[in-house]
Amino acid sequence: MISAAFDYHRPGTLGEAIGLLTEHDGTAVVIAGGHSLIPMMKLRMATPEHLVDIQDIAELSGIAVSSDMIEIGATVTQSDLIASDELFSVCPILRETSLQTADPQIRNLGTIGGNVANGDPGNDMPAIMQLLDADYILQGTGGTRTVKARTFYEAAFFTAREEGEILTSIRIPTPPFGHGHSYQKQKRKVGDYATAAAGVILTRSAGTCTSASVALTNVADTPLWAEAAAKALLGSDLGAEAIGEAVDAARAITEPASDGRGPADYRTHVAGIMVQRAIQTAISRVA
Amino acid sequence: MSKTQVNMTVNGNAVSALAEPRTLLIHFLREEMNLTGAHIGCETSHCGACTVDLNGKSVKSCTVFVGQAQGAEITTIEGIAQEDGTLHPVQEAFREHHGLQCGFCTPGMITRAWRLLQENPKPTEEEIRYGISGNLCRCTGYQNIVTAIQAAAADLSIKEAAE
Amino acid sequence: MNAHTSADTERVEKLQGLGSSRRRVEDARFTQGKGNYVDDIKLPGMLFGDFVRSPYGHARIKSIDKKAALAVPGVVAVLTAEDLKPLNLHYMPTLAGDVQAVLADEKVLFQNQEVAFVVAENRYVAADAVDLVEVEYDELPALVDAFRAMDGNAPLLRDDIKDKKEGAHGPRRHHNHIFHWEEGDEASVNRALADAEVTVEELISYQRVHPCPLETCGCVASMDKVNGKLTLWGTFQAPHAVRTVASLITNIPEHNIRIVSPDIGGGFGNKVGVYPGYICAAVASIVTGVPIKWVEDRIENLTATAFARDYHMTGRLAAKRDGTITGLHCHVLADHGAFDACADPTKFPAGFFNICTGSYDIPVAYVGVDGVYTNKAPGGVAYRCSFRVTEAAYLIERMIDVLARKLDMDPAELRLKNLIRKEQFPYTSALGWEYDSGDYHTAMNKALEAVDYKTLRNEQARNRAAFDRGETRSLMGIGIAHFTEIVGAGPIKNCDILGLGMFDSCEIRIHPTGSATARLGTISQGQGHATTFAQILATEIGIPADDITLEEGDTDTAPYGLGTYGSRSTPVAGAATAMAGRKIRAKAQMIAAYLLEVHEGDLEWDVDRFQVKGNPEAHKTMKEIAFSAYNQAIPGLEPGLEAVSYYDPPNMTYPFGAYVCVVDIDVDTGVTDIRSFYALDDCGTRINPMIIEGQVHGGLTEALAIAMGQEISYDEIGNVQGGNLMDFFLPTAVETPFWQTDHTTTPSPHHPIGAKGVGESPNVGGVPAFSNAVNDAFAHKGLTHTQMPHDHWRVWKTAQRLGLTG
Repeated sequence: MISAAFDYHRPGTLGEAIGLLTEHDGTAVVIAGGHSLIPMMKLRMATPEHLVDIQDIAELSGIAVSSDMIEIGATVTQSDLIASDELFSVCPILRETSLQTADPQIRNLGTIGGNVANGDPGNDMPAIMQLLDADYILQGTGGTRTVKARTFYEAAFFTAREEGEILTSIRIPTPPFGHGHSYQKQKRKVGDYATAAAGVILTRSAGTCTSASVALTNVADTPLWAEAAAKALLGSDLGAEAIGEAVDAARAITEPASDGRGPADYRTHVAGIMVQRAIQTAISRVA
Repeated sequence: MSKTQVNMTVNGNAVSALAEPRTLLIHFLREEMNLTGAHIGCETSHCGACTVDLNGKSVKSCTVFVGQAQGAEITTIEGIAQEDGTLHPVQEAFREHHGLQCGFCTPGMITRAWRLLQENPKPTEEEIRYGISGNLCRCTGYQNIVTAIQAAAADLSIKEAAE
Repeated sequence: MNAHTSADTERVEKLQGLGSSRRRVEDARFTQGKGNYVDDIKLPGMLFGDFVRSPYGHARIKSIDKKAALAVPGVVAVLTAEDLKPLNLHYMPTLAGDVQAVLADEKVLFQNQEVAFVVAENRYVAADAVDLVEVEYDELPALVDAFRAMDGNAPLLRDDIKDKKEGAHGPRRHHNHIFHWEEGDEASVNRALADAEVTVEELISYQRVHPCPLETCGCVASMDKVNGKLTLWGTFQAPHAVRTVASLITNIPEHNIRIVSPDIGGGFGNKVGVYPGYICAAVASIVTGVPIKWVEDRIENLTATAFARDYHMTGRLAAKRDGTITGLHCHVLADHGAFDACADPTKFPAGFFNICTGSYDIPVAYVGVDGVYTNKAPGGVAYRCSFRVTEAAYLIERMIDVLARKLDMDPAELRLKNLIRKEQFPYTSALGWEYDSGDYHTAMNKALEAVDYKTLRNEQARNRAAFDRGETRSLMGIGIAHFTEIVGAGPIKNCDILGLGMFDSCEIRIHPTGSATARLGTISQGQGHATTFAQILATEIGIPADDITLEEGDTDTAPYGLGTYGSRSTPVAGAATAMAGRKIRAKAQMIAAYLLEVHEGDLEWDVDRFQVKGNPEAHKTMKEIAFSAYNQAIPGLEPGLEAVSYYDPPNMTYPFGAYVCVVDIDVDTGVTDIRSFYALDDCGTRINPMIIEGQVHGGLTEALAIAMGQEISYDEIGNVQGGNLMDFFLPTAVETPFWQTDHTTTPSPHHPIGAKGVGESPNVGGVPAFSNAVNDAFAHKGLTHTQMPHDHWRVWKTAQRLGLTG
């Protein structure tokens, strides 16, 4: 469990970082908290020759909240996310999700940028970003571009990010005031990836669901935005029938692996239960 | 892939050494600094035996390259007692309440508990259990560890009130 | 005895002897990070060893090319089986009378088997070189299903013994057969089954698990070529036995080998065996003349050093309709992996599995065990239990519940009906063990009362009705276990390991100023020996425990002993400690008699002194006696005050307990919540209640892990699954419930202080209690048995099979 050798770089600016990635094209990898990358390197499943550590780049840090937009820098850690009361007040599902991710020590180093960018289907934040319809800001030598979280993930560890690009921040449309939310994650123990997990946000007006979004974690080789499940809720009374339809719609798009967390049919089943519970919890939290 | 100069503050002392960038912080501390208190139990960031404090936060030093800790302030189990050797209340409480058996997880567990009580001086039992959920213990079943942390919290709050 | 005065009480308390919850002396160093574990050892010039391991479960090695690895700067050597053959060290003896490849000899037989040993200047260079050793393999069909091991067309695994018709434990009837072992009267059992009013049969598998101590295995070997002395520091639960084995296989005389077990970060059976890393490190040090460190990583630990269990047990019970059990029949298919490296006393290839009649008065019983080879890692150690005892307890405690279902009887009532009665002790079981003592009904009844069992069953009835009405999706389960352990191996007459009798030892030196040093043949791995054995001595010799230093684990200084596993330290070494203490006291009495100018018979012992009967003012404390022993010429007595005792126990000890577990199962997800767990343990005389409770907490947590999630499994081509801490279930503080502990005290009649051992009881009793609770939750739906581990998906599948998942 020893990484292969590499050269370590710690640039102070984004420009420098992108320059290093370009200079060492194909052999350099960005490291933030490193809690996905370092275990892979210790298993020698990843053997970059250059590590570009972005922790000193001030422009990648910080959380900014406004009435219509939340912007979170790539190097914001899960702990920072949990600690931000401002963020919690407008988008509480982020804290709820972070608290169900890994453990306290890992959350102290693990960053939001790393969690969403590396394409690990076990990570929790990608589904949440799809749920919230977040944009990822990517910067490379060619400039800056924006990719929707809902289109970012291609396969396990394959994303729309080009080599040489750095995910610099995440922009989330501020969810409507008074929305209900829930992230339900079943796992074998603290620190585990989800057997299946589901995030839900919704709003209700005069007994009718006026907006809804549903997303799933670790039941396919990418996170899943469950558009049809949300549609089943939208305009409904959020009663048992609508919830049942949403559950069925969510289950229909899952393609989980069979592993130590259980066989595929079980994980699909649990995904439905998580959706059901997330909807019910979200309803109970609607203002 | 040559060695680079690494500078950091460990238990209040400025240290400087040459190390390969791939050197893990836990190996740097144990083998270069001879601080063998923190242990390696899994190498995959699950067990927490390697827990140290980095810039005021608990981290798993088996999953930190030494370069990432450049310029950092590190506290290990060896730096928790007072300079005159007086044990910290958390250390005292672990002994008093039998919060350890084989001792292998203990340095990481105490280092974590020490930080937890700074983050949350009056944790509930549930908060303690979640707070140490990144540290595995194979001997104690955690029950006496939880009791020890509760006792340390009470002791610290008495001491603080007295000051 | 004199009536106790407050002064007497004060003297007793000052000793911190038996019964005192004395704080541990070990903790000062551990709480400050000043422990000394094997990976903390740093010697001048020390090199590091690391293994090249097999990616295949079964394959022929075509070639090994070391060139690229040897070219890495800092690499000193790459050893393969070819290098070890001239030394005859490419195989090593196992504790079970088999041999195990130190480095794979022409074939690999399990994934992650050791193929080559790289020696380099540090662990980083060694890891780089491991990557560069090129091994070419021809993959062979892997055998992973123990039930297919003795099929006619099953692949031949062990080329090295293919023509051996006789194994260490008798005839082998197939090339993958290791042994057949049986106990009991099968004909009588068959008659009992044929005549029975009721019979039940169940295949009860106990999955492959791993002790997984938080510290992995490792060693530092250092050959001093000038003095011809080999020193080996390592994670050894039995340092003296390692010395003897090392001497036998290296031909280095035993006095020139020093084995040191430093602080050990948990063992739980994993550190009993001898592993290829130890041999390779020693060989490399002998060859290079410099110290070599080898420390395995976690994946290596879980996939290559000793596993536990992997027992497939078919149990049958015969009973009367009123619940009286009339016979037990059991056949076990034991999966030992690629080499038989079980850690059992030599005459017991299935350990003490024949304790499987448990706590019950079963008139006739039979056990047959067949061990087979498969393409899996070797092992079969006792994971926090005496040899194969947790398997036995699991079998009988599950079978009792299975019978209860069939009889439609409450499992507690069925247990009470069949428990051995107090007046039957000492009790000889149908399979030949003499249970030394017990009061099972008191324990069981106390447990049932403590948990308010009737109320729980009433609540369960309401829960089941509500479930059937669709008002809840949660089912409540109540698991009961009444286990009997058999520990303290053991009488030399039937217990040895590789011919080494399983006695243990204690040597005491009382120093002139009245403090003492004691050394034992055991080695603590967290049990707190330095604390508790000093307490035994404090009570025996009247010197405060704080003034007694206890040392273990260095074969150059400690007396010979067989080590710490199978809960044997207190029953055997603890007894040796008391007996050595009594020798000290006997001599002290002679000295006191001389000093007080009375006859020895006129003296009586009182806490910390000898006093003249009827005149307690005339006395000599042990401290005073010690000084005189060294500084005063006493006619007829040698100077000094020392003693040594080698204790061969007359019998095993039989700790027991009654556990009750209550669970709530979310039928929609299979998630099981442990609502409560009550554990009553009877370990005889209680030396240190604080430490006993700590042991129970830890053992129950391990039992929780085993019952609810741990599993090392293999896919069909022999790839090991679950060999890391993401997948191998070690509960965190969040998954671990609160443990409610309790006790009764039934002292062992043959142990000098009546103690029985406790460290392993909670694992032995805990696993069936959890499993019974999960099974009980579904019992009303027709479930008799579902296999462990009871992880989320398996529980859900069980519910699905029963038609409950809708």
